[in-house]
Amino acid sequence: MAHLVNYIYILSAALFVLSLKWMNGPATARRGVFAGEIGMLLAVAGTLLSHEILNWQWILAAFLIGSAVGVPIAYIMPMTAVPQRTAMSHACGALAAALVGTAEFYQHQPDAATELHGFTMVALVVETLLGFLTFTGSLMAMGKLQEILPSRPITYPKQNLINLCLLTVAAGLGVRLILVPTDTWIFPIFSGLALIFGVLLIIPIGGADMPTVIALLNSYAGLSACAMGFALDNKLLVIAGALDGSSGLILSIIMCKAMNRSFTNVLFGAFGQLQVSKHAVDQRPVRSASPEEAASILEAASTVIVVPGYGLAVAQAQHKIRELYDALMRRGIDVKFAIHPVAGRMPGHMNVLLAEADIPYDRLYEMDNINSEFPQCDVALVIGANDVTNPAARTDPTSPIYGMPILDVDKAHTVMVIKRSMSPGFAGIDNELYYMPKTLMLFGDAKVFVSEILKELPARVAA
Amino acid sequence: MLATFVGLEVIRKVSPLLHTPLMSLTNAISAISVVGAILVTSASGATTLSKVLGFIAITAAVTNIVSGFLITDRMLKMFKKRVPASGEKR
Repeated sequence: MAHLVNYIYILSAALFVLSLKWMNGPATARRGVFAGEIGMLLAVAGTLLSHEILNWQWILAAFLIGSAVGVPIAYIMPMTAVPQRTAMSHACGALAAALVGTAEFYQHQPDAATELHGFTMVALVVETLLGFLTFTGSLMAMGKLQEILPSRPITYPKQNLINLCLLTVAAGLGVRLILVPTDTWIFPIFSGLALIFGVLLIIPIGGADMPTVIALLNSYAGLSACAMGFALDNKLLVIAGALDGSSGLILSIIMCKAMNRSFTNVLFGAFGQLQVSKHAVDQRPVRSASPEEAASILEAASTVIVVPGYGLAVAQAQHKIRELYDALMRRGIDVKFAIHPVAGRMPGHMNVLLAEADIPYDRLYEMDNINSEFPQCDVALVIGANDVTNPAARTDPTSPIYGMPILDVDKAHTVMVIKRSMSPGFAGIDNELYYMPKTLMLFGDAKVFVSEILKELPARVAA
Repeated sequence: MLATFVGLEVIRKVSPLLHTPLMSLTNAISAISVVGAILVTSASGATTLSKVLGFIAITAAVTNIVSGFLITDRMLKMFKKRVPASGEKR
């Protein structure tokens, strides 16, 4: 029987790998989800069958409650709220890992000195530390995304020093627990510190940095599941956890590169540092335009590249954009979408939003593939994106965002920017783009402004 | 370790187009901790404390599994739907 379980676990691990592999293209992606589901089913069934299950009524009840909560979440949640759901889901996963670690720890008392030693205890400590800090960290991230908490960074003096001290103390207690596993009084303090550290780690992070943070929390949640696998000596847990951890890690590395942050910078949670170097904002003239003018410029164009950003997600303007896309395509105007890797509120979020609005995904272009097309493009329509279009990242070595890969919007013949105000973006710096002679500023809420442009478009056809 | 390398190799190929569904899928997969939770809850020497903790852990993990897989599928459906339709448009 024990052999059978091992085979089931290997099969299920293989299915998880396949499921991720199939995620690399939209055509096979749903098959990937299916493979993942089967893998999970096998894993759970195998576990239930192989071990003598003593408290099945507890397990059954937990399954029922979990499903009862999970199904409505999956179907009711609007696509704009996906980042919050993901953060919540990280919190749940991490909580599960941390609680299992805790239960495991107490279960072996008072014989912990003989039963939990060396490697097992190391894994247990890592699991609990990561689990608890990811739990509160993800809750904070969720609060910020849901705008229950202010999404701007919350900072206080000596923030990094305090965080570092806290982490050191927690790590110190962790080491002590590893050496003397019977010291049960340490455990609650250790867990508490991990919980507090999770909160402190996330509150200084601004809304625009969320893609990186979510990816990082994803990675932590996976790593804690992986550590749990080592603690329980369960290979399937190790493999699945490592898959999740590395996936989160890669995503956060991609996000970091896209924002030109060093990886250590992110690992230590030192976000929001760029804001210190705020340039003196001088009053320079900008050209602004009305919806009517914007509509006529769009109509005269033959190629349009839309650059959607955070502002579009905030204004929930994706369906209006789709109407604009349809209206322009009907006139024979070529419309493409340029998606910066960090656009939206989590990795790939913008793609999901635009896909939800029925914009075909083959119209969405990645940064590297579209940048060469801006010089031939008549109009670049920037909607709620800022720093990712700032030419200073290419030209001005003194700029804090210098070196960050950007969309070369400034090379288009005409640039139109829909933005609520002239306020600087996340990096806290002025955008040179807005002062260029070929740039028109369209001030207003993205959704409202696009609707007004749309109102102008049919009128012109009739005339 | 091996899994990490496989993971790195596989994820790198995923296009940014699908990063969000990817994340919610890995999320669901990380809920594999449900296995650990079951083991702890059902262990022969389980104390009331570990039963309660395990119970909460299973609930949280199952929520993740169910909502993770379902929402990933819902997202992917939206991507899929447009394949024939975008062909018409051109």
